[in-house]
Amino acid sequence: MTKQRANWSPYDNNGGSCVAIAGADYCVIAADTRMSTGYNILSREYSKITKLADKCLMASSGFQADVKALQKHLAARHLIYQHQHNKQMSCPAMGQLLSNTLYYKRFFPYYSFNVLGGLDSEGKGCVYTYDAVGSYERVGYSSQGSGSTLIMPFLDNQLKSPSPLLLPAQDAVTPLSETEAVDLVKTVFASATERDIYTGDKLEIVVVNAEGIRREYMDLRKD
Amino acid sequence: MFRNQYDTDVTTWSPAGRLFQVEYAMEAVKQGSAAIGLRSKTHVVLACVNKASSELSSHQKKIFKVDDHIGVAIAGLTADGRVLSRYMRNECINYSFTYESPLPVGRLVVQLADKAQVCTQRSWKRPYGVGLLVVGLDELGAHLYYNCPSGNYFEYQAFAIGSRSQAAKTYLERRFENFTDSSREDLIKDALISVRETLQGEKLKSSICTVAVVGIGEAFHILDQETVQQLIDAFEIVGEDEPPVPEVGDAEADQAEAAAPAAEEGAAPMDI
Repeated sequence: MTKQRANWSPYDNNGGSCVAIAGADYCVIAADTRMSTGYNILSREYSKITKLADKCLMASSGFQADVKALQKHLAARHLIYQHQHNKQMSCPAMGQLLSNTLYYKRFFPYYSFNVLGGLDSEGKGCVYTYDAVGSYERVGYSSQGSGSTLIMPFLDNQLKSPSPLLLPAQDAVTPLSETEAVDLVKTVFASATERDIYTGDKLEIVVVNAEGIRREYMDLRKD
Repeated sequence: MFRNQYDTDVTTWSPAGRLFQVEYAMEAVKQGSAAIGLRSKTHVVLACVNKASSELSSHQKKIFKVDDHIGVAIAGLTADGRVLSRYMRNECINYSFTYESPLPVGRLVVQLADKAQVCTQRSWKRPYGVGLLVVGLDELGAHLYYNCPSGNYFEYQAFAIGSRSQAAKTYLERRFENFTDSSREDLIKDALISVRETLQGEKLKSSICTVAVVGIGEAFHILDQETVQQLIDAFEIVGEDEPPVPEVGDAEADQAEAAAPAAEEGAAPMDI
């Protein structure tokens, strides 16, 4: 007697990759705009990046229905926060909120792999990376999604900071200029698009700095 | 109103068919400091008098943003008002979460009114002791509503509640026919003049009043003190269309210059 298996799954994977890189006074968040299911493409122009607060954005890959629900939930919580505190949530505060929200559904998780990017309360770039159930860490750069296995090693090669055990102590923040970071992101996606079938079509890049938020697009291979 | 044997419970009718506890709750609204609302076709303005219990304390918050398109001013038990504002905010957030569109004001006031009605028919509750002037925008334009502790609500072109609101209402009754086509600036000016009517001679300064606006293309927001003071100075120096007393108008013009720097010193030390 073989164990009975479910004949449907509540989850689907819509693919795609996300990256975020923190700078001294900026943060770059990027994601491709392809939404797929199985071997089919559902959309070539679907944005995976959303603004949660004034200086805080989230890029999420995975199951986009769960991503959308998560984004709506966080937006509503942010409104409540603004009513109570009369100010926007800082990126670290949003980081904690996202973690708690994800863990709340520990036993029926949001199938959402997130990177949070923005400026912290001092105006320095910050990136938080998450797993599906809310484990998170502040890092200088990160990638999530179908292309992350291709992207992350390359980012490590280019950006990895020296060990924290070394003296003198070094910043977790990467010493890249804003233009260098954007170019790095473009390079990284162009490479990931070559080998990951779920990444491609178009790249959406959002840069947050003291002046505000800037959006940029770049075409990627459509095959 | 005098004490009588039918006023102990909200669930006791008087032989004349009155619920005294509800009427007493409406008295509480009349004791609160004044709040005024006026609307045109495209904008609604709320203005209220700030009362601080002493010079050392901060003012009571009487105007609350409920959503980008809805705001509320309260008079009466401000604690009740705060709780109701929180309820209104939650309703707006839940509605936009479900329907991805803003909650129509008309719906919100009905929900508020029903909530107030519940408290008039439970022996273990008391009516909310606060009157709310709810302002908002929907597809049909700008609206101003008044929600009563009784659970009734009415739509108005202009209205005033709280202590000495009758003086403001008299002014508004004279002028309300012009409001529909008023410009935003004229509407705010009329609101400030109405506030001054309730002050009974006390000088109108931005530190004792709060003004908020919502309009088509303009999200609900409270004007900052500087802007309000400039607006006050503008119409007091020029002299308004219907000065209450001509001599007072001249004296105010002289004091206007001296008042401007004094206004900053006179502002409450703990202005939130």
